[in-house]
Amino acid sequence: MSALRESLGFLTSRLRQVGIFVALILIVILFQVLTDGILLQPQNVTNLVVQNSYILILAIGMVMVIIAGHIDLSVGSIAGFIGAVAGVMIVHWGWAWWLAIPACLLVGALVGAWQGYWIAYVGIPAFIVTLAGMLIFRGLTLITLKNQQITPFPNELRALGGGFLPDISGGTSVLEWLTVILGVGGTAAILFQALKERRVRRKFNLENEPMAWFAVKNGFIAVLMLIITFLLASYRGTPIVLIVLAVLVIVYSALMNNSIFGRHTYAIGGNLHAAELSGIKTKKVTFRLFVNMGVLAALAGLVFTARLNSAQPAGGTGFELDSIAAAFIGGAAVQGGIGTVAGAMIGGLIMGVLNNGMSILGLGTDYQQLIKGLVLLLAVGFDIFNKNRTGSGGGSSMGRRFKWKTTPPATETSTPATPEPVVVDAK
Amino acid sequence: MNVPILQMRGITKTFPGVKALQDVTLDVNRGEVHAICGENGAGKSTLMKVLSGVYAHNTFDGDILFENEPCEFSSITDSEKRGIVIIHQELALSPYLSIAENIYLGNELAKNGWVDWRKTNLEAAKLLARVGLSENPVTPIQHISVGKQQLVEIAKALSKEVKLLILDEPTAALNDEDSDHLLDLILHLKGQGVTSIIISHKLNEIRKVADAVTIIRDGKSIETLRLDQGQITQERIIRGMVGRDLESLYPDRTPNIGEEVLRIEDWTVQHPQDHSRMVVNNASLNVRKGEVVGLAGLMGAGRTELAMSVFGRTYGRAVSGKVYKYGQEINTSTVSDAIDHGIAYATEDRKHYGLNLIEDIKRNISMAALNKLAKRGWVDGNKETTVANHYRKSMNIKAPSVAAITGKLSGGNQQKVVLSKWMFSDPDVLILDEPTRGIDVGAKFEIYTIIAELAAAGKAVIVISSELPELLGICDRIYTLSAGHITGEVPIAEATQETLMHFMTKEKE
Repeated sequence: MSALRESLGFLTSRLRQVGIFVALILIVILFQVLTDGILLQPQNVTNLVVQNSYILILAIGMVMVIIAGHIDLSVGSIAGFIGAVAGVMIVHWGWAWWLAIPACLLVGALVGAWQGYWIAYVGIPAFIVTLAGMLIFRGLTLITLKNQQITPFPNELRALGGGFLPDISGGTSVLEWLTVILGVGGTAAILFQALKERRVRRKFNLENEPMAWFAVKNGFIAVLMLIITFLLASYRGTPIVLIVLAVLVIVYSALMNNSIFGRHTYAIGGNLHAAELSGIKTKKVTFRLFVNMGVLAALAGLVFTARLNSAQPAGGTGFELDSIAAAFIGGAAVQGGIGTVAGAMIGGLIMGVLNNGMSILGLGTDYQQLIKGLVLLLAVGFDIFNKNRTGSGGGSSMGRRFKWKTTPPATETSTPATPEPVVVDAK
Repeated sequence: MNVPILQMRGITKTFPGVKALQDVTLDVNRGEVHAICGENGAGKSTLMKVLSGVYAHNTFDGDILFENEPCEFSSITDSEKRGIVIIHQELALSPYLSIAENIYLGNELAKNGWVDWRKTNLEAAKLLARVGLSENPVTPIQHISVGKQQLVEIAKALSKEVKLLILDEPTAALNDEDSDHLLDLILHLKGQGVTSIIISHKLNEIRKVADAVTIIRDGKSIETLRLDQGQITQERIIRGMVGRDLESLYPDRTPNIGEEVLRIEDWTVQHPQDHSRMVVNNASLNVRKGEVVGLAGLMGAGRTELAMSVFGRTYGRAVSGKVYKYGQEINTSTVSDAIDHGIAYATEDRKHYGLNLIEDIKRNISMAALNKLAKRGWVDGNKETTVANHYRKSMNIKAPSVAAITGKLSGGNQQKVVLSKWMFSDPDVLILDEPTRGIDVGAKFEIYTIIAELAAAGKAVIVISSELPELLGICDRIYTLSAGHITGEVPIAEATQETLMHFMTKEKE
């Protein structure tokens, strides 16, 4: 009984993280019922993944920029511009895909460097620079395309948007076995990682989440992964873009948590002055963040162009808003310093399921926009309500990560410091 | 005379998981100055928020009687209507608005929705005269000093016909002169019938103005000392706050001073905006191994500016002068250069410049020296936790674990996190700017002990402080600064508060 109470206390203490997860599940169930089961049909699940992949790629870069306390309004235009550049390179100039893709990513990096220069070294607010960028790169898209779409693209590039991993059983099986292997392997890896982290936390005397919650959470994630694996495997297997996305999520999560660059990003967003006075080269970090955003926007533009099999003058319009919404629904703080790549992915999926479900229901873009706007407002509103309720000045996910109930508040008693050796040689 | 104006009975306030106040009683008599003392985190500010309606009446237990009538405030507006005005530690003034506009902010002198500027400025001038501030009411707030801004806050309170004035650490950011003026003003207002509650860490201030002192410890009211019963003494207050007597305010140490580590020569810094002003002017100083050197000066003398301009040019422009370490000239023009040369600077303003308050303890400690924990750009999280746990133990940081968010720690513990951060960067020279500001007596002793141990371990330490007894208690040598000039260098044996003050107020010709 006390274990139950402990778990409940823990759940309320991290309402935000649990809430967003529950929200995603409720939305999925809601649309599954409303669409008479179309939502979770294998083909539609595959569609969902491919359709949202470029927003999710953008959301990775966006949440990093937001964590550092900036914003990027130009990513949609950059994605469109890179699509146009790819069209010119591949279709007009006849470049091979293995040359054109790195070249396009490089152009994306240069675009990011251009914006990063104005933001980091000149000191113009990112909102202004990227608002200008939104116009500039939309204009360059139109100029590059001469206002006409470029099509068709070769199959190798189109695979990036709509291709699947090869079927190793040669089409004889009901399930795609490669997908099953990847899915089950991935699930096992996630569980293994979670257990390992729990063991490390115990070793270093850091609070762990209650066992019951840990088991339920990870069991749930595992079941979810296996269901998705099964659905994908019973259609055409693993979309190539899902592999790309999975690699990006793993690499960028690690980067944000464990690399000096990631730590400096959080430090800058949390307290710019303190970061500067700690010797962090804040301008350099900011510059790099925007270069990175440019590369990811270029990748998103490539995926989008590949999927449509055409570079279009209006390509990428509105992507910036979807990716910003994904980051904020996923728990990023407007003031910076708080947010996770995983959260942004869940936020992006919520938006994606809403889009997809409402499209199946035949709702027009009018209602779709209305409902998506309300969801964004409610998600962030809930965040702020929640923050006020617990009276914590800090942020959403981090601040509530640990329970303070069982331990007394950190007030000082006045025992003088024990004269232990203080100066440490930290190798 | 002893007519109660305010009675708070059985106040209990709970935050999720934490009992911030427990059965607190407070009796304030009409026309007295009532001090509230207690360590950081004891619950003083919470109590004042309960009183002023920041916490609505249904969010806590207990009764408040003001002028013998029960109070049920839902917001600050309600309490201000009854004449209870609170002035917070962080002043709530709008920097771009004029003095007069700030005084009447939210309370504008208007006819049919249109502000009557003539009347606003006229009335504001009268209020400024009452608080003894000779400034034009149309001057923007950002152009007057913090000390004067404090007076504007009081003028604002007077405009609301205040009966009970609550001041939360009013002198924390003021120099001695401004503090004296403020305390005199509180006494003056007392003569006009305004009752004041003053929250303060500074015991000599309390002795100067308070008629009564209520001591709060761990969310409970311990006792109320009264002047007319001869109970207000420094020892008595400290004993109440910490629950026992402090034998000595400063740890004993035998200095073991070696070779010169850092020398600053002919250091000159221009004001970042006003280029004709030299904030630091031709200053030279040095510090040796195992030595604690004090830097004394009044507010505006240029102490912090000197330190920050040396530490990576983080203040000022057109900085000139030379920095030598072990006799070799070094370049400290960026913060990372300074850190690489073994210099650390712990800021006076830890909330704005020292800590990432939304981040946990371990990541704050590792912030200035992440590369020591990393291989090829990747941080070893286990090593980081080990290091942080080490400092939590050796520095006696009180927190459930090193994964606790620093914003939730008390001032003393936050300061220990800042010190840990710099100790982990393994410097040879530590510049500590107001290391005990806003920290209670017990934790101060811990900080002094840490400083003594740093010196004993062969570090060179420079301490900037506004509290002269503190410098006299921990330093081996003290420099005085006045208007950007070094005006004196006093060995501890010859230093007294009087000699230091003499140098600190000296005008260089």
